[in-house]
Amino acid sequence: MLENFILSPQAYTRLWEGTQVTVLVFVFSTALGTALSLFFGVARLAPQRWVRTLASVYVEFARGVSAIILLFWMFFALPPLLGISLTPMVAGVLALGINMGAYGAEVVRGGIQAVPEGQTEATIALNMTDRQRLAHVVLPQAIPVILPPFGNLMIEILKGTALVSLITLSDLAFEVQKLRVNRVVIADSATTPMLYINALIFYCILAQTVTAVFGYFERRTVRSFGGAR
Amino acid sequence: MTWDWEFAIERFPDIAKGMLVTIQATLMGMALALVVGLILALGRRAPQKWIAWPFRAVIEFIRSTPLLIQLFFLYYALPEVGVVLDPMPALVFGLGLHYGTYCSEAYRAGIDDVARGQWEASTALNLGTVTTWASVILPQAIPTSIPALGNYFVAMFKDAPLGSTISVAGVLFMARSIGSSTFRYLETLTMAGFLFLLVSIPAALLVRRLEGRYGYAK
Repeated sequence: MLENFILSPQAYTRLWEGTQVTVLVFVFSTALGTALSLFFGVARLAPQRWVRTLASVYVEFARGVSAIILLFWMFFALPPLLGISLTPMVAGVLALGINMGAYGAEVVRGGIQAVPEGQTEATIALNMTDRQRLAHVVLPQAIPVILPPFGNLMIEILKGTALVSLITLSDLAFEVQKLRVNRVVIADSATTPMLYINALIFYCILAQTVTAVFGYFERRTVRSFGGAR
Repeated sequence: MTWDWEFAIERFPDIAKGMLVTIQATLMGMALALVVGLILALGRRAPQKWIAWPFRAVIEFIRSTPLLIQLFFLYYALPEVGVVLDPMPALVFGLGLHYGTYCSEAYRAGIDDVARGQWEASTALNLGTVTTWASVILPQAIPTSIPALGNYFVAMFKDAPLGSTISVAGVLFMARSIGSSTFRYLETLTMAGFLFLLVSIPAALLVRRLEGRYGYAK
């Protein structure tokens, strides 16, 4: 039973290589997604009406269209339209990042709105600039509200990275599919179900790691705010 | 490459037909997810630890792994142990199980939201476990879960095109197959994306209105 569950060292090497690509896609797309979240989350509360409208259009569009459709569009439709070529990595990171940014912008907006009005009034009384208010007063206090849903969002993106295998990026999902097809060649004793279960466990470990890191930061921010919230 | 209207109009019926298949898969998947979610939510709340713990582990595992691999598992791996699923049932099962775990969290929040006094009143009235759940707790818990369930419904709709990887002839499958035979992806994929917005934006607005009507007590 157990020898059917454990794959050959060769297979694990492939899965490990795929995991590295998955982590890379995850890091890049969450970095882009976080930047877009902050930018559009703040823009949705801008005093100028046209900025707010523009930000809403982005949020509705990028949330409404499905991640997989956006990914295929980025990879197959955008390059001929603009006469450019995108590597699978760039197309994947763009699609996942843009998708995450729309959900994240709503989270950031909610976090900012949860900061008591008096804080803004105090910064006005102290003659702070808008930038100072945002960077030193409002955003730091919004973080405890933002972190938990952001952690969930990161898990969604981690799972979403599996989609890049469909545009030929050799991530974990790609490697496991390749192993299934080539299994006869490498004569692995493990069955196909076990192959997939191993891949699922890989993803589960990655997700638990992300959750643990977020849990650590959540505890730290709560502590640094002295449990005021 | 520029947009070709003639090509787009000619291919639109195929894309729209694919969209109907995607919507169909979503509706069936959601029906399954609502049932699976309730079972998981109740199992997780079981007073016996040896029942509750496996439920919790299964929910956590399914929730933290990609739907894509789960679909591959259902479609490519299960036949090896004698369970052969057609593409559509595999997609519906995959969506139903995956989103069932999400729905279980929505139900759980709804159940936790029911006032403690309701439980105590049920005990005082000597109601059995089944009566308490079926006639007291769930009728109050489910309405508060509706907005969250609605959000997962919209989310599932956006994941339904994953069926194209296990050859369900949904909207993405159609766009890809037309694209690969004509080398024109621009029109088909853009129309697919447009149809998605056409359904998912009104759906999201509807869910937001539901939030006003139901929703958890804050």
